[in-house]
Amino acid sequence: MPIHDQGYRRYGGTRARGRAWLVMLRNGVIGMMGNRRWIVLMIASWIQFVVRAIQFYIAANFSQAAIVAPSAATFRDFFDRQDLFVFLVTITLGAAAIAEDRRTNALQIYLSKPLTRLEYLVGKLSVLMVFLLFITWVPAILLLIVQVLFAGNFTFLKANFYLFPAITLYSLIEVVMVSMCMLALSSLSTSGRFAGILYTALIFFSDALYGVLRAVTGSTRVSWVAFGNNLAQVGDVIFRVPLRYETPWILSLAIVFGLIGIAAWILERRVRAVEIVA
Amino acid sequence: MVDTEPVVSLDNVTIEYGRNRALNGVTASFAPGAVGLLGPNGAGKSTMIKSLLGFIAPAQGRMRVLGLDVAESPLDIRARIGYMPETDGHIPGLTAVEFVSFCGQLAGLPPSDATQRAHEVLYYVGLGEARYRKIETYSTGMKQRIKLAQALVHDPDLLFLDEPTNGMDPKGRDEMLELVRDLAHNKGINLILSSHLLPDVEYTCDHVVVMDKGRIAAAGPIQAMKQPRGRVYELRVKPRGELDAFFDHLRAAGLECHSTDDDVVRVFVPGEGGARQLFALASAEGAQVRHLRPSVPTLEDVFAHAVGED
Repeated sequence: MPIHDQGYRRYGGTRARGRAWLVMLRNGVIGMMGNRRWIVLMIASWIQFVVRAIQFYIAANFSQAAIVAPSAATFRDFFDRQDLFVFLVTITLGAAAIAEDRRTNALQIYLSKPLTRLEYLVGKLSVLMVFLLFITWVPAILLLIVQVLFAGNFTFLKANFYLFPAITLYSLIEVVMVSMCMLALSSLSTSGRFAGILYTALIFFSDALYGVLRAVTGSTRVSWVAFGNNLAQVGDVIFRVPLRYETPWILSLAIVFGLIGIAAWILERRVRAVEIVA
Repeated sequence: MVDTEPVVSLDNVTIEYGRNRALNGVTASFAPGAVGLLGPNGAGKSTMIKSLLGFIAPAQGRMRVLGLDVAESPLDIRARIGYMPETDGHIPGLTAVEFVSFCGQLAGLPPSDATQRAHEVLYYVGLGEARYRKIETYSTGMKQRIKLAQALVHDPDLLFLDEPTNGMDPKGRDEMLELVRDLAHNKGINLILSSHLLPDVEYTCDHVVVMDKGRIAAAGPIQAMKQPRGRVYELRVKPRGELDAFFDHLRAAGLECHSTDDDVVRVFVPGEGGARQLFALASAEGAQVRHLRPSVPTLEDVFAHAVGED
């Protein structure tokens, strides 16, 4: 029997528009949740939350443990220690995000559907950002709630009311910056592994360069050369803790936004259904 | 009433890659049904399809697909068309049914409908038994079929098929052509089939647009284009001198000669001269006619005539 005799029906149902990025988000999240190693990474990234929660419980219930009582610096420190997991999640999920689509010519499949290049990028970014927020913003906000629950009062929250917007703002800046940079690097290659190596090199090389320059100049004014230092400096300002570098924080903020801008420019040029070499 | 509005029209479209003009002032219209976009490699077929999808902006000219302007409504157009690209293309890490369902959802189908149609379409293209396999494990022929499936899942009104039989074995190629023919003639889907393979176009399409060097070389219904404006013969001769010199003599007399894979040459004799004119020319040159047989004009003759091939 010829294949076509098995039939083909015209579709009479409805078609929705403008939700393609949501489809990509859902597909991306569901896809990762089926990956056992990914689940292990997600669980590991929440260990600090558990430790901090225990710390908050002890501080709230044992007066002798006042030394471990939470402060704004505790939350700032929480983000610093999550950086390892932010790095791992970014590499694991982001390095291949566009590179693999380029390798398998998936871009022309995506963009032949009713979605724009912007929607495609939003779809890719949203998957990475959802998981990054899941290991930064979500546990940090939960820690605030846990503190109130263990203390049984709002004293800490009232005294540090800015923490909620600070956590939200810093999480967003961090997540947007690393996601954009990772996707931009991913779009430069057809190999996810190469894009991951590029991102790792960017972080470690810039950090090593900062170490050399600091040793030469004897000052931390050159901290802006390191990818992560700018984010750390901006984070200190947002959390109202003493700045760790002599670099003006406004310069660090400008570099953060500059990196986001450069990443957006690269993505605009690289995410196309047709690569034209004129 | 038969709908005769063109499904695709181009008006003086020029597309440039730097200094290179891929399409040069192309004006054409594609009738409903199955239309073959025929031309040698580099003629501008794929460029035309990609520009119709909105992937490449023209330097000048306007294009309309299904009555919509490509520059103004690219998303409305993409919601109603299906595109099977020339090169391998899939979303990594997915099984066939996941991939096709995902493509359906991207095109706006609800998840349940997209999944149901993914199963149906995969059966239709002959991948029913392999639908739970990862696409990375597929053979070249299967990858061609999955590309057709993703283009069909949302039930488009118009299909762009870019070299759909590339890399397929003879059996797979025949099955693919059957599918294409069935879609166009029994399922009511308009399609534009880009190919450099004349038999593929001739078997599946009713109309043809022949491209060459970024221009339209010929266009029209295949049957009408094959109507002889003279006679075509298969000819084998033993010339007195060089064979090429003999054919140059025929060409100088206004005949067209196209070599074939066999040892015969297809000769188009315009007007009413027919075999008598051929014999006269051979006699004048002292050539022995060893074989002369009237032949039915093929699309290959039309194509060769349009692009000026020998």
